[in-house]
Amino acid sequence: MSIEVRIPTILRQYTGGAKSVEASGSSLGSLIDDLDARHPGIRSRLVTEDGKLHRFVNVYVNDEDVRFTGALDTGLSDGDSVTILPAVAGGSGAAGTR
Amino acid sequence: MRLDRALHVDPGARPHPGILGKARTPRPAQDGGNLARVLTIDREHVRAIVAHARRDHPDEACGIVAGPAGSDRPERVVEMTNAERSPTFYRFDPTEQLKVWREMDERDEVPVVIYHSHTATEAYPSRTDVAYAGEPDAHYLLVSSRDPVEVEIRSYRIVDGTVTEEEVRLTGSVTGPEPG
Repeated sequence: MSIEVRIPTILRQYTGGAKSVEASGSSLGSLIDDLDARHPGIRSRLVTEDGKLHRFVNVYVNDEDVRFTGALDTGLSDGDSVTILPAVAGGSGAAGTR
Repeated sequence: MRLDRALHVDPGARPHPGILGKARTPRPAQDGGNLARVLTIDREHVRAIVAHARRDHPDEACGIVAGPAGSDRPERVVEMTNAERSPTFYRFDPTEQLKVWREMDERDEVPVVIYHSHTATEAYPSRTDVAYAGEPDAHYLLVSSRDPVEVEIRSYRIVDGTVTEEEVRLTGSVTGPEPG
């Protein structure tokens, strides 16, 4: 089983600079575990300590935001494509910021 | 404390030479890093960004300026929907972001500038801005629309949680659109 995973600039330090790598898994969660086995450290940038997808990243399976498809439980098939993008967000926030 | 000259942008005013003056150069960071310390951008793009900020005020406006990969040249302003629709937060809609990032990929472009507005505070990155800064090669352009007449525009590199302010160098014609 082979799934193409597109890697954003900020995570390419884990993949030796590669923009796109292969991984396998029947769910997004197991795919990320497999990714981490091949590229150690990458999982900590994608999944929080309590096992949820980090809010700083957007993950898409076949161009669909996985927030709508079950997040880490999203099912994967051979030939699917996964894209990871850093979320772009911010703002002046509550009082106390500069 | 660095001082930056506010850029006076009033779409109703009769344009005259110097309406978009050169932003005063802040003192460069002393860390000797090899990041470019200047954002060079056409006045027209800045006008478009300021108009966007004014239009969405008091909600924060956000978007990018795409440019050819490796050029550090911002060329194409792309306004993005603020999915938070908030006066204190912004977030690119993830589905829209994928579409725009895909399009840049096809055109061999990158987001040279990521901009957003602060509507009641100064144009300086907040903790949230720094926490979310996930494009290490981008110039983070901040616009403050808190004053109804003057607009504050400042630019920063945010890499590994470190904020470095940079000069904003404007190019292009100083005269604005024809009056009336």
